[in-house]
Amino acid sequence: MYDGALGDLIEELGQLPGIGPKSAQRLAFHLLASDSADVERLTSALERVKAQVRFCENCGNVTEAEQCGICRDPRRTETLICVVEEPKDVLAVERTGEFRGRYHVLGGAINPLEGIGPDDLRIRQLMVRLQKGETKELILATDPNTEGEATATYLAMLVKPMGFKVTRLASGLPVGGDLEYADEVTLGRAFSGRRDVD
Amino acid sequence: MGVSTRKLFRDDAVVLRTFKLGEADAIVSLLGRQRGRYRAMAKGLRRTSSKFGARLAPFSHVDLQLIEGRSELHTVTQAVGLHLSGGAISSDWAAYTAACVIAEAAERLVPEDHQPDLDVFQLTLGAFRALAETDLPPVLVMDSYLLRGMKSAGWAPSLSECASCGKAGSHRAFSVAAGGAVCGDCRPGGATVPAPASLELMRALEAGDWSNATAADPRQRTEAAGLIAAHFQWHSERPLKTLKYVPHQT
Repeated sequence: MYDGALGDLIEELGQLPGIGPKSAQRLAFHLLASDSADVERLTSALERVKAQVRFCENCGNVTEAEQCGICRDPRRTETLICVVEEPKDVLAVERTGEFRGRYHVLGGAINPLEGIGPDDLRIRQLMVRLQKGETKELILATDPNTEGEATATYLAMLVKPMGFKVTRLASGLPVGGDLEYADEVTLGRAFSGRRDVD
Repeated sequence: MGVSTRKLFRDDAVVLRTFKLGEADAIVSLLGRQRGRYRAMAKGLRRTSSKFGARLAPFSHVDLQLIEGRSELHTVTQAVGLHLSGGAISSDWAAYTAACVIAEAAERLVPEDHQPDLDVFQLTLGAFRALAETDLPPVLVMDSYLLRGMKSAGWAPSLSECASCGKAGSHRAFSVAAGGAVCGDCRPGGATVPAPASLELMRALEAGDWSNATAADPRQRTEAAGLIAAHFQWHSERPLKTLKYVPHQT
């Protein structure tokens, strides 16, 4: 056990996700051995991220302005809204280069067992966006797990009666894998979502 | 001692829920046929390339091979799907919310002590399969599960005799604190008087008499659901936090 400033730093680092007591100790000693300039850059970055980064008032993505770059971009269309769980999912979809619409970040998925219900997510804000009348299609890109599917089911139940086209990302076999290793659910979905060969 | 020298065991289990762990791992809460309720780590479960795929999704019935942990936490090494109900359940909001209540209730009925409880295991498996594979109203499946689960645990509401004196008959008053239906002589203050048809529905749900249960009208279903939930929560001494998400009109 270390006392004073070093002990405090180890304890604080140990609060971070995925950092155990040993890793916290290693990081603390690394910082202790680093140049003052390096440590100042780190503390300044931490302070700036807390002071400047917030959530986009339109879509819930992370931004340093009132609206994120995607919501401000006039080349992006509001007719297509892709609903994702977390800001990091926006980055994952953006990397594909396939999507030119805008996003809506829910801030998680419905999980009653963890006490997270529809009111705990940014669903009300989504409804407000849809009522503006610009959107034609809602793409549900929540995670392909039980909570993500249930969230997509709930949103579809809410939005479909309003007359919007609601689509769900396809799921099936991963590219580069062997068929025999696919689980029954994934293989079943690949079959039900099969398409014509061009 | 390396991991490979630890004891391997097999069990078929129902997945009650999963918790995220670290970057891509998960802890799976399981109700096993042979080992009762326990937790196990599934390494890499959340990766798209996970060897477990969707097999360890909540509400699935799986055949597992596990490495016995030094503490209470085991490690899943292999999983084969027996009934993968998670996909069908999560595509129906009413079924999903009912399944969440069933999972929470199962955790309440079976303590995490590795003691098998075959009754609750079969009940839980049957309830998830009923939600995924039948057209039975999810709320009725859930209420039937709660009643039968309480019966298995020994604190089901008394429906055919007075909960206080044991006098046989279809008594009108119902007291959660007294333990179910009560006769006129034993009726405590605060007892409710539900419609006879609601008590009849509760008896049908406890017996698995689906033709009578599905014939009940929505008012009776709502009243019976309220009594069942109140009884479960009173006797398990904690509220079921998932109950508020269940759409009761379905």
